[in-house]
Amino acid sequence: MNDASTLAKVPRARRSKAIAAWRELKKAPWSAWFGMIVLTGYIVVALFAPLIAPYGESEVVSPGSFDVWSAQYWFGTDQLGRDILSRMIYAARNSMGIAFAATAVAFITGGLLGIVAALLRGWVDQVASRLVDAVMAIPSLIFALMVLAIFEKTEVYHIILVIGFVDATRVFRLTRAVAMNVVSLDFVEAARLRGEGTGWIVRREIIPNIMPPLLTEFGLRYCFVFLTISALSFLGLGLQPPTADWGAMVKETATLFTYARDDFQAGITPLLPAGAIALLTVSINFIVDWFLHKTSGLRDGQ
Amino acid sequence: MLAARDAMHPILRTVLQRLALGLLTLFIVSVVISSLVEMLPGNFAKRILGQAATPETVAAFEKEIGLDKPALERYFVWVGDVVTGEFGSSFTSRVGYQRKVADLITPRLKNTLFLASMTAVIAVPLALFLGILAALYRNSWFDRMVNSATLTTISMPEFFMAYVLMLFLAVIWQIFPSLASVDHDTPLWERIYRCTLPALTLTLVIVAHMMRMTRAAIINLLASPYIEMARLKGMSKSRVIMRHALPNAWAPIVNVIAFNLAYLIVGVVVVEVVFTYPGIGQLMVDAVRTKDMPVVQACALIFAATYILLNLTADIISIATNPRLLHPR
Amino acid sequence: MANDNTKRPGREKGEILLEMRDLKIEGESDDIWHPIIKGINLTLRRGEVLGLIGESGAGKSTLGIAAMGFARPGCRFTGGSIVFDGIDMLKTSEEEKRKLRGSRISYVAQSAAAAFNPAHRLIDQTIETETQHGIRDSKSAVADAVDLYGRLRLPDPTTIGERYPHQVSGGQLQRVMTAMAITCRPDLIIFDEPTTALDVTTQVEVLASIRSIVEEFNTAAIYITHDLAVVAQMADRIMVLRHGKLVEESPTREMLSAPKEEYTKSLWAVRGLAKPEAHSDDTILSIEHVDAAYGNADKILDDVSVRIPRGRTVAVVGESGSGKSTLARVVTGLLPPSKGRVLFNGEPLPPALGQRDKEMLRRIQMIYQSPDTALNPRHRIYDVIGRPLNFYHGLTGPKLEQRIVDLLKMIELDESFIDRLPSEISGGQKQRVCIARALAAEPELIICDEVTSALDQIVQEEILKLLLRLQAEFDISYMFITHDIATVRAIADEIVVMNQGKVVEQGTKTEVLSPPYPAYTELLLSSVPEMDPDWLNNLLQKRQVKSE
Repeated sequence: MNDASTLAKVPRARRSKAIAAWRELKKAPWSAWFGMIVLTGYIVVALFAPLIAPYGESEVVSPGSFDVWSAQYWFGTDQLGRDILSRMIYAARNSMGIAFAATAVAFITGGLLGIVAALLRGWVDQVASRLVDAVMAIPSLIFALMVLAIFEKTEVYHIILVIGFVDATRVFRLTRAVAMNVVSLDFVEAARLRGEGTGWIVRREIIPNIMPPLLTEFGLRYCFVFLTISALSFLGLGLQPPTADWGAMVKETATLFTYARDDFQAGITPLLPAGAIALLTVSINFIVDWFLHKTSGLRDGQ
Repeated sequence: MLAARDAMHPILRTVLQRLALGLLTLFIVSVVISSLVEMLPGNFAKRILGQAATPETVAAFEKEIGLDKPALERYFVWVGDVVTGEFGSSFTSRVGYQRKVADLITPRLKNTLFLASMTAVIAVPLALFLGILAALYRNSWFDRMVNSATLTTISMPEFFMAYVLMLFLAVIWQIFPSLASVDHDTPLWERIYRCTLPALTLTLVIVAHMMRMTRAAIINLLASPYIEMARLKGMSKSRVIMRHALPNAWAPIVNVIAFNLAYLIVGVVVVEVVFTYPGIGQLMVDAVRTKDMPVVQACALIFAATYILLNLTADIISIATNPRLLHPR
Repeated sequence: MANDNTKRPGREKGEILLEMRDLKIEGESDDIWHPIIKGINLTLRRGEVLGLIGESGAGKSTLGIAAMGFARPGCRFTGGSIVFDGIDMLKTSEEEKRKLRGSRISYVAQSAAAAFNPAHRLIDQTIETETQHGIRDSKSAVADAVDLYGRLRLPDPTTIGERYPHQVSGGQLQRVMTAMAITCRPDLIIFDEPTTALDVTTQVEVLASIRSIVEEFNTAAIYITHDLAVVAQMADRIMVLRHGKLVEESPTREMLSAPKEEYTKSLWAVRGLAKPEAHSDDTILSIEHVDAAYGNADKILDDVSVRIPRGRTVAVVGESGSGKSTLARVVTGLLPPSKGRVLFNGEPLPPALGQRDKEMLRRIQMIYQSPDTALNPRHRIYDVIGRPLNFYHGLTGPKLEQRIVDLLKMIELDESFIDRLPSEISGGQKQRVCIARALAAEPELIICDEVTSALDQIVQEEILKLLLRLQAEFDISYMFITHDIATVRAIADEIVVMNQGKVVEQGTKTEVLSPPYPAYTELLLSSVPEMDPDWLNNLLQKRQVKSE
């Protein structure tokens, strides 16, 4: 029984994980597949924007403004004579990257604080929860507007930090709630009775068990952050020119609407960047919806 | 435990607790809002008046709008102003010409409330109806269709929806005006007509959310053992819904409505800008651009107070319909 | 009630009332339909009480509710027939079935607290069936309900109906629900584990009420339970179900005296276990005059003193709210006592967990009621058992692995389990892993908190046997918290009886389990149902004599 061959037989690797994941993927509904394909496409475009885009991000390619759709400028040019297609491709990089950074900030701060509050309870939890309640009473777009009003000129990191901080409150709420559920389970008590330190308990007992809901939340939060930043840019208070951003591009080309009756293509040009936003968030929502369906009993979750 | 607490009806006690909590939240919000301005880098007055302003004009301007006082005093003056409905002076004030924030806000607030109520009147019944229907016929084709449709809708930015509606209903088929410009003497019907597109946009935005949440709440409710019991007692479908589900549905439904009306606030900002509707959202965006902090603060406080008030109302209705609190042991 | 002290009052068994033929029901999970009921035949005559018994997942509740032509959401009928008094329940219209439900077939649910609508008064819910089915007007229905409340010995029958469900205790609610089921004088009542959620002393009253009412109105009934002793009191005939199939069916007395199938015998295996008690004067743990409370609330423990001898088992017995689990929290240091102290090997234990060093923690281990929540679902068995080995004894690498394999052998699992996740093993195996985790620390005392109550009977027996074997092998002491007297008989050397935070009685098993008893111990012991079909009759009679 205790010879080497017995021990060698004991597998340690999580060999079957990849196979299981692939099996799950094959069962995914069409909507989730659609979402995954579109999302992959967006990521590729964002990563290789300089290779894909026919012109530069803020390169003025035409002397006039608002050129019509043509073989040269597929979606025409904007008010300064920049190629709209190229700007849309670069915008993928800017908008998606910044939203990702802001979501990451929200998860790192809100998630950690949420776990700490759930573990310590008592006054730490009380103070943190009251403060978060108060900040949540200010809708995130409004909060962001207010904070951005303070800075003389909006920088990218302002947006990341402000949105990240505001959304951290929502992440805090969720993390605290799910962590509370896990903390009350017997295996956490067993670890405490064994004499384990707080760090070990958080790392080994709590985090692995709250990952599925947090991953789902990451997807939803990302969409939300993305929409908030787009709204800010649309209002002219987000990413500053000449940086390309879908929200800002909608605003810049909005005047083309008036020509819709004469030139339908021109009329729908402002909808292209708006549609790019919508397509991305719809795709992520489809993936998240499938994930929710898969991981939790919350089939009818909100 | 304590005699005084026992003497009070639990409903009253819980409501008072919630009210106190609401006030506490409002207080923290006001501190957060006012302290943000204190963190403001650089000299405000200089920025507003331009680099060329002489120290004398700066001092006079600061005195005019109360910037010369210490932070804590300014906070209390501000809170005092807010309580009396004044909100202080706008940074667009000049010496001898004081512009009260309240005067800027009041007409705009009325417009926004009009738009929001118009949306709510359409959206709330529609969303509840669709949500309850989807819950009752869950997993039917209707349910699945509505589920995909709403999932798509909630993923779209508000301005996308606004422009699509504008493109088709205002530009291509010119049914509604593309700009919702109203002033205080626009007649009611004209006002409603001009607000149709913004209201429709907002409706689309919140109906999806509200419907999904209603559906989830009702499904949750219908899974209760007492609903199964009612069915096993041979009660008719309508009686199960009306007599057994409905009395317990108020709390979740009211919460859904409050949550979504609060969500409306965010939508209002973007939609007002798209349709250049003279509401408080657009005012705030303009104020952010011109760094007119008193107006920004006032708007933020109003938005936050609305949010708190809506949630408080929902809480109180939930409490008042909770049989455990209504009929204490 | 019964003036006949040897057998039930004669009940008229009439023609066939309910007949199921080759019934098949499927349930859905993860979009896959799998069978729950796999072809069952059932016959019930008028006035007959049929017991359905089986462990969790046997399909007994699904089968009971199917008698009403009802399949829960996510379930569907796939074959066979159900005929109730000439009506084919699977073919008749939904409207017809609705008319039958409540009026001719009624249902008593397991958890009355959840099955009553919180928004309505009890009386309104009680008479709803009659008034809605147009059987009576509400005035005479109320009068009848009050009469029934009285017969079911509810306190203040005239006014109790004015209350809301949350204002009434669990045992009373269950009796109100029985009254609600009988209002229309149905031909058949389905009782779905009506006493499972209740404490034993409350259970007796509810059982007596149910039986008296069923006898009085000569109603046929299907009584669903997992407790053989309970069903023995209620049923004329018993069907044993397992995995959606019939295992055995016979009249109650026959079933109890001569069960045919191995599986049926195993259902009361635990009741056959009895450990010969042994004594020891060497004390390992001594709890001295301990008071404890959560926050500033009322005392949960009031001057509790308990002594645990080395290498022996002390069973701490009590109903919910007796403070027995709180006592465990005090010993482990999770809840420092507000007064008194705990001595371990003669040395005082620091009251709070944080003040105890690793060595102290190692010597006292704990096993929990529910192995599902006691094991981290993300940890493989290797991690679960390996962690205390590494933590307390510093084992790593092949040595660690070898020790894990040894421990698995000790708990009678083979080494292939080492790489599994808790979700991949059965409930009994999970509890074994929990035992191995405790053993890995090489403790002197293990606190067992209701370790068998979440398990099926047959698994309970195996776990108890394992614990006894380990005790003999390693001289471990157990503080065994339980509410189940059969388990106490099986494992204890000494018994501590607790009630409302106080120790009522403490002594050797023979002392405590034989007269004379203190009042509470007597109430508790006499309320535990026995396999004798006449137990309830005798008990009620005895209690009646006493009160006279």
